[in-house]
Amino acid sequence: MGASELRTIENAADRYRAGVLKYAQMGYWQPGYEPKDTDVLALFRITPQEGVDPEEAAAAVAGESSTATWTVVWTDRLTAAELYRAKAYKVEPVPNNPGQYFAWIAYELDLFEEGSIANLTASIIGNVFGFKPLKALRLEDMRIPVAYVKTFQGPPTGIVVERERLDKFGRPLLGATTKPKLGLSGKNYGRVVYEALKGGLDFMKDDENINSQPFMHWRDRFLYVMEAVNRASAATGEVKGHYLNVTAGTMEEMYKRADFAKQLGSVIVMIDLVIGYTAIQSMAKWARDNDMILHLHRAGHGTYTRQKNHGVSFRVISKWMRLAGVDHIHAGTAVGKLEGDPLTVQGFYNVCRETRNVVDLPRGIFFEQDWAGLRKVMPVASGGIHAGQMHQLIDLFGDDVVLQFGGGTIGHPMGIEAGATANRVALEAMVLARNEGRDIKTEGPEILAAAARHCRPLGAALDTWKDVTFNYASTDTSDFVPTPSVA
Amino acid sequence: MRVTQGAFSFLPDLTGVQIRAQVEYCLAQGWAVSVEHTDDIHPRNTYWEMFGMPMFDLRDAAGVMQEIDACRKTFADEYVRVNAFDSTRGWETVRLSFLVNRPANEPGFRLRRTEAEGRVQRYSLEPYAAERPPGERYR
Repeated sequence: MGASELRTIENAADRYRAGVLKYAQMGYWQPGYEPKDTDVLALFRITPQEGVDPEEAAAAVAGESSTATWTVVWTDRLTAAELYRAKAYKVEPVPNNPGQYFAWIAYELDLFEEGSIANLTASIIGNVFGFKPLKALRLEDMRIPVAYVKTFQGPPTGIVVERERLDKFGRPLLGATTKPKLGLSGKNYGRVVYEALKGGLDFMKDDENINSQPFMHWRDRFLYVMEAVNRASAATGEVKGHYLNVTAGTMEEMYKRADFAKQLGSVIVMIDLVIGYTAIQSMAKWARDNDMILHLHRAGHGTYTRQKNHGVSFRVISKWMRLAGVDHIHAGTAVGKLEGDPLTVQGFYNVCRETRNVVDLPRGIFFEQDWAGLRKVMPVASGGIHAGQMHQLIDLFGDDVVLQFGGGTIGHPMGIEAGATANRVALEAMVLARNEGRDIKTEGPEILAAAARHCRPLGAALDTWKDVTFNYASTDTSDFVPTPSVA
Repeated sequence: MRVTQGAFSFLPDLTGVQIRAQVEYCLAQGWAVSVEHTDDIHPRNTYWEMFGMPMFDLRDAAGVMQEIDACRKTFADEYVRVNAFDSTRGWETVRLSFLVNRPANEPGFRLRRTEAEGRVQRYSLEPYAAERPPGERYR
């Protein structure tokens, strides 16, 4: 393709003559463009088909995610078309990945409706991912301008207020998902919750697919679970909670379940990502109106976040969810059974927790992002982790995280309560040691062994799971540093 | 029973040396340490009695330890906690809180149930000790 085909046609008669032009010629490739503070910015990873220039491919993405269609339309001239056109302004090859390019695109703020993730995403990922001239396309990162951030409610509770309500400071929170995740009756389910909370966990959790099935109706679950929560609170003197999953087929049904959870005195309810962005925003509003912590399970995200060449990065999903307004989000473990390169996962955590994100390419953060006082989301590390990894988890993620040991609690050889106690003792011992200035990354195993001397359940946990690792290469890694996986 | 509020209640009671190490950590983060006590250990009892103001200007662990020890001595049969407050924007809250004293005997909590509509139970918690007036609860 010649250089002229990458240049915007300035002469209006030529530009608007009926027919087909390159997207670059239509004005969607503006290499000199300086993004404004109020622009929405997006970084895409594009894999053009053979023979398609990366700049033209980037222009096509800008066009198809903003105002363009496949042919010239004269009705553009009834609008401030130059303003509304998204502008691809930079293209660079992806390091070490021939055929892939990063494309930076700027969008005028007026293209978007205030406070609507549905509207934002309908543009940015609405049409463009099936576009033929591209083999693959991935949305890597976004910068949401402060002016747009301020139109979103954000997390109904946030890390600070959650901790104040729970009266728990200075250590990660501990949770577990009730197992088996399907099949227990309400009465048996509540038993697992009671044992684990009494043993030392702060939260128990419904799994993503526990809603209202033949073996356990939702009301039955809620009633037995709240009996367990209150009994455990009386046994320990602590505030305890259980994420009651209110995911259902309609908003009406979700509101009904959430209202019942509130009536029973639960401090927290839960939803699944698969309910959709608008439903999430509605539940966020409900949670704000009802002083409820809102837990989000990212069910389904792996279908589009995991492969590096196509889909949407989870860091973008994290940003959308902070805007949409959830208090907890599953953001990866790096050391457990599920996908997660440590630096990439830390990038997700930073998106959830920082007041301002700075550019951090090894962690996949391409844009500075000012969160403008929007509350912080508590990340949740859940899946295939156990007490023996406590030093790695605290070293990677710090204090503001919920560490969830499902199998690592319920599968304990001495029982559920012992499993919970093992995790809590390991956690407190590790935080104490870190605060004392010890290097937990290297001294971790010895700190755990010392703590196990006054806690037999911890000793048993360490023996049971000492050789368990999930040492597979990650697929979603930064292209800017070599990233070994952590077992 | 053992009340497990605070960051380190699942560990054996902290020694003076261990408490001081935590205080030094808090001071190194730039947090202000404060000491509070109560004989109402209900988990929703947010406002414990302040043993003086938060020590915003005291950056010396030895001085903080004197305050902690004075509180523990004065209220030997109550719960005493050490808080560390972070005034940084975006936090402006307690960042660490842990118990440094507890009564010799902790009788625990009564869980009251009131039958409501359907199978709903209304729960309320009450420390057994709270049946006596403040100041006489753990004597």
